[in-house]
Amino acid sequence: MSESRTPLTAWHEARGAKMAPFAGWLMPIQYEGILVEHQHTRQHAGLFDICHMGEFRISGAGADAALSAAVSHNLATLAAGKCRYGFLLNARGGVLDDCIIYRFGPDDFMVVVNAACAAGDLATLRDRLPGTVSLTDISAETAKLDLQGPEAVDVLENALGESLRDLAYFGFRQTTWDGAPLLLSRTGYTGELGFELYLPSDKALAFWELLLKDARVKPVGLGARDTLRLEAGLPLYGHELDEDHSPAEAGMGRMLTSTADYVGKEGAQQIRQVLLPLRIEGRRAARNGDVLALPDGTEVGRVTSGSFAPSLGHVIAFAWVDAAHAEADAFVVRAARAELPAVRTGLPFYADGTARKKLQA
Amino acid sequence: MSMNPADLLYSKSHEWAKIEGDVATVGITHFAQEALGDITYVELPQAGDSVAAEKEFGSVESVKAASDLISPVNGTVLEVNTALEGTPELCNSAPYTEGWLIKVKLAAQPEELLDAAAYEAFCATESH
Repeated sequence: MSESRTPLTAWHEARGAKMAPFAGWLMPIQYEGILVEHQHTRQHAGLFDICHMGEFRISGAGADAALSAAVSHNLATLAAGKCRYGFLLNARGGVLDDCIIYRFGPDDFMVVVNAACAAGDLATLRDRLPGTVSLTDISAETAKLDLQGPEAVDVLENALGESLRDLAYFGFRQTTWDGAPLLLSRTGYTGELGFELYLPSDKALAFWELLLKDARVKPVGLGARDTLRLEAGLPLYGHELDEDHSPAEAGMGRMLTSTADYVGKEGAQQIRQVLLPLRIEGRRAARNGDVLALPDGTEVGRVTSGSFAPSLGHVIAFAWVDAAHAEADAFVVRAARAELPAVRTGLPFYADGTARKKLQA
Repeated sequence: MSMNPADLLYSKSHEWAKIEGDVATVGITHFAQEALGDITYVELPQAGDSVAAEKEFGSVESVKAASDLISPVNGTVLEVNTALEGTPELCNSAPYTEGWLIKVKLAAQPEELLDAAAYEAFCATESH
C-alpha cells in the first residue's frame, strides 16, 4: 500500500531527508540528524511538516451543545479565539484520540486530530453529532505547519509583517498570507514557544520556503518531534494514551471540568493504572514495551515511551504502573540488553521550555 | 568517491577492522552509523574479554533503535575507546578514526572479511 503524501513530501525527498511511513503517510524522520534538529528547536526555531494531521470543521445551530456531548473538552469556558486540549472517549472512558478544539463562534469549531485516528474520529463524530450540525473533513485542503522554538515569534512576525505578542498561550488568530486565509495558534508539541499554522494546501510549499529563508529556522523531522515532546512530558497517542486507559490514568483528570454529559464521562475518572514519569541514569534507553518491575522483581507495569533526552543528558521514560504500586519511587526497567534502575520524577522532564513565556509588546 | 578507507577490512554486519600485525582496531562503518542515526549509547566489553568472529561483543543505541555489535575478528580485547562513554556521537562523526570501538589482540588472522570495493558492492545491495 502506498502512503499518502503531503504538499511538502517532494521537498523533503529532494533535500535528502530520511523518509518513513507514519500513520499511513510518507513523512520526514530527520534531515540533518535528530540531535541537531532537537537542539536547534530548543535554541532557535524548528519548522515541522504536520500536514498529516486531520482537521474537521463543525458548525451550525446546536453545534456547541452537540460537540460538548461528544468530547471531554469544557466548551462552556472556551471563548472564541481560544483553543483547548482534550479527548474523544469511548463509552468506557478510554481515549479514542486526543485533540485540540478551536472555537470560531458560538456554534463554530475546528477539531484537530491525530493522523492515525482521523478516519475513526470522523466516523465517531458523525455518529455522535445530529444531522442538523455540519461536520466537514477539511484535512485534504488544509496544510498544517508547526513553527517551534524561542525565536519562532520573531520569525513569524517578520514573515507576516504583524505583531503576535498579544497572543496568549492557547490563543489563536485568523489572518491572511498572500491572499489566503492563515490560522495561527500559540500552541505546539515541543515545550517551546511556538505556533501551529493552518493554511490552504496549495500555499503550503511557498509558506514553508518563506519561513526557511530565515536563518534562524531549520526543518525538523518527526524524530526530533518525538524527543522534544517526550522531554516536555506531552503524551503521544498510541503510547501514553489508548482506548484501554482513561484520561485520569494519564494524569489528565484535573482538566476534565466539563459539566456536559459527554460520552465516557464516568469512566474518564477511573484509575486502574497510573502513568509515571521516570528518570534513568545514563544513556541506555528504556523503550516502548519494556517491562517495569519493583526492585524485588515484581512486575508492575510497562514502558510506553523512553529515550535518551538530549536536553537533559540522561534517559527519561513514561510507564504505566498498576495503581496498587503507584506510590512507589524506585523501579527497574527490563530493557532488551540490561536492567535499568529507574526513579519516579516530575513533569515536565525538561523544565526550561519557553512554551508559556509571556511576551512583551 | 568512497567513504570507506581502502586499508580496512569489512564485515557484512557493517563493522570494520584495521589489521596492524597481530592487533586489530574495530569500529562500525559509515553505512552502519548512517542507518542507525544519532548514536546515544555504546556498550563495549572490557579489556581482557574474548571476542569471537561473527559473535556479539556489545551494542549500540541510537535515538530510534538499538542493535548488536558483531565482532569481525577472533581474539582478546586490549583496549576500549573510553571516549565513547561521554561522546558516543563520535561513531557518527568519525566512524573510521575517533569513533573506533575496541582494539583486539588477534588469535588468528581474520577470514572472510571484504575489502572496501567488495563491501561497497554489498552495501549497494543492502540499501535496495
